Amino acid sequence: MSTLQIDFGESKSHIVGIDLGTTNSLVSVMDLTGPRILSGIVPSVVSVLPSGEIIAGAEARERLITDSASAVYSVKRLMGRGLADIQDELKLFPFHIAPGSESVLQLQIGDKILTPPEISAHILRKLKLDAEEVLGGPVDQAVITVPAYFNDAQRQATKDAGRIAGLEVLRLVNEPTAAALAYGLDKRNQGLIAVYDFGGGTFDISILRLHDGIFEVLATNGDTHLGGDDIDNLLLKIALEDIQSEWNEDISGKPEAVQLLRRAVILAKEALSFAPAATIDLTYGDKTYQRQINVELFNKLIEPIIDRTLAPCRGCIQDAGVTPEQIDEVVMVGGSTRIPLVRSAVEKLFKKRPHTELNPDEVVALGAAVQAGVLSGDVTDALLLDVTPLSLGIETMGGLVSKLIHRNSTIPASETELFTNGVDGQTNVLIHVVQGERELVKDCRSLARFDLKGIPPMPAGMARVQVRFLIDANGILSVTAKDLRAGTEQTIEVKPSYGLNDDQVEAMILESYANAEEDLKERQVREARVEADAVMGATNKAREDASYLTLTDEDRAGIDRAMAELQVVYHGDDHLLIRAKIEGVDIATQSLAEAIMNSAIGKALEGTHIDAQ
Amino acid sequence: MKLYEALGLEPALALHMEEVKKHFYERSRQWHPDKFSRASAAEQDLALEMTAVLNDAYRTLRDPVSRAEYFLKERGIELSKDAPAELLEEVFELNMALEELRDGDASVRAQLEQSAAKFRSMQMVSDTELASLFIHHDAAPGPAKLDQIRAALNRRRYVSNLVRDVEKELHVHSAN
Repeated sequence: MSTLQIDFGESKSHIVGIDLGTTNSLVSVMDLTGPRILSGIVPSVVSVLPSGEIIAGAEARERLITDSASAVYSVKRLMGRGLADIQDELKLFPFHIAPGSESVLQLQIGDKILTPPEISAHILRKLKLDAEEVLGGPVDQAVITVPAYFNDAQRQATKDAGRIAGLEVLRLVNEPTAAALAYGLDKRNQGLIAVYDFGGGTFDISILRLHDGIFEVLATNGDTHLGGDDIDNLLLKIALEDIQSEWNEDISGKPEAVQLLRRAVILAKEALSFAPAATIDLTYGDKTYQRQINVELFNKLIEPIIDRTLAPCRGCIQDAGVTPEQIDEVVMVGGSTRIPLVRSAVEKLFKKRPHTELNPDEVVALGAAVQAGVLSGDVTDALLLDVTPLSLGIETMGGLVSKLIHRNSTIPASETELFTNGVDGQTNVLIHVVQGERELVKDCRSLARFDLKGIPPMPAGMARVQVRFLIDANGILSVTAKDLRAGTEQTIEVKPSYGLNDDQVEAMILESYANAEEDLKERQVREARVEADAVMGATNKAREDASYLTLTDEDRAGIDRAMAELQVVYHGDDHLLIRAKIEGVDIATQSLAEAIMNSAIGKALEGTHIDAQ
Repeated sequence: MKLYEALGLEPALALHMEEVKKHFYERSRQWHPDKFSRASAAEQDLALEMTAVLNDAYRTLRDPVSRAEYFLKERGIELSKDAPAELLEEVFELNMALEELRDGDASVRAQLEQSAAKFRSMQMVSDTELASLFIHHDAAPGPAKLDQIRAALNRRRYVSNLVRDVEKELHVHSAN
């Protein structure tokens, strides 16, 4: 087993781990027994109700079918991106881009206009509330996982989402690295492992060296727009074409029908991981569509998608400076690794059978909890040494990129560069920071442009401004500049080329606080009522029991009174009062519960928990 | 020398990889920002600073070539970008062959592949040569030995650039 020492000395507030996935999200925590998932899987779907209330999770997912325009899914694909670079996405996903999205991307959902970080924040807030409920206390700090191949803007957007949700994001951890942490804690803590993470919308491959609790990432690679979603879209397209010819009707313009079909396609896809054939089954109005797909056809269809994961794998192996034979284990993460063809492709490439015994949906969240334990000081022996997935460079003459920090450099990483004035008396220098592997600026991702101002006028080539680029442990860039002649230092605000600036995030935080208080209160009342319903239902049922007649008049009157009092407060909006009256019913029904338990037929009523509250 | 200091190592050209790695892991455990998440802002900044330099040190010093380049630079010795005289003729022929390949003459491929293989083996010879020069230097340092190392490094760098260029061209033109 593990050599990790876990020390839960003093009681501290919990730091949760969050896997904010394209399709599903999870929240977890580290406790004495290790990392554990808190509450269930939350579908990464957000919906705006007619009342204006915004909900996230399973309830929101249902609304994709009933009122598509009021719900949004797979928003992770839009995080940290601009209108220009999501054109492919728009062809495949029903995102409704709001007007005025040229500078900051915004989606129209129902009658609200929201940015991708705000939408993600609603998922995060749902997870936060779920965690608070299970843990019985406030949760305001989190470790959130991101695809390893996420660039600076995508990471920044994720961090913004956390802030908007009222969470201090203590660390962004790369998903495959988090998986390795959970795996290493559980199964093996020496050697070379590769993590193949094929999720709903992103693909990552990372190779790590594990050594006495140190998890050193040697290299990472991936594609932030490749996942199970792409397989769904492929099947969806075929089914839509079929339907057009069978029904003589194009349903692609009917969002609810498309969502129903999408769900049918996903069911068939999932079934094909276990069965030799599956049926895409759609009933829409009075029409039905059925199409059987066997594994052979399915494999043929998805092969090009799986092939797209192999080139990053080869690149990663090469960058790590290892051979497939040297890798001790391959760990599979993400729902798409359930597909047999994915498993066999990985086995062929790495020349060994991949590990599939961990739950691929949960392992990333579990790893996030371990990292939360590292940050809280509860886990003392594990340490992650991660890398930056993409090279960082600046634009030089002729639109070329000069690389400052190379990909797969261990983070935190820094580099300084000296700038001077090109012409006499020039007092500013324009710096363009890019991320990517290509040699031309136009082929890289623009991260930020900033103007280095305040250089005292002097002859060309005489100014000496030292600019320092620092990538922190989250993989996020910051820049400082120092005028070596004047000795003055300034922190440059790295304005993301796409994304939100600080003021915008602050405004969203304020707005969300105002709503959050309302939301929380409403939710508490709703929950108290659900509990009251359960207690009143159970009591009414118990009153029909023969044992009821064995009670004293006083006991029966007590029950009637307590029930009446609960009825009175039930429709009020004070959840504490409702809970107090629930307790009153609990106390009043104690003798009834005992009588039932003691009677012969009591067994049949076990589990109604009249006395368990 | 800042990078050696960061790893807690005495400046030397010949280093044992296991030793470098051990120091890196120890210091990472000590200074990584993860260990300071509940510390003051000033301590967090220090941790970030220390780890950034530590990572830079490990990256630079674990590789013999970048280590030697750093070592020389700290001693005020710059590498030259010129072709080593003894390779001039070879490079001239190579460039001719590359030119022909670009013009679509595939018959020079075999010759180029041969050159690439030859340069690769020269690279390996350079590596061994460097390793032995490192040991000699550390035993009795002196400017003459640094000069030898500089010459070997120049040659090594030049040859590895040639290998890279040839491989790139061969790759590009096989793709077409």
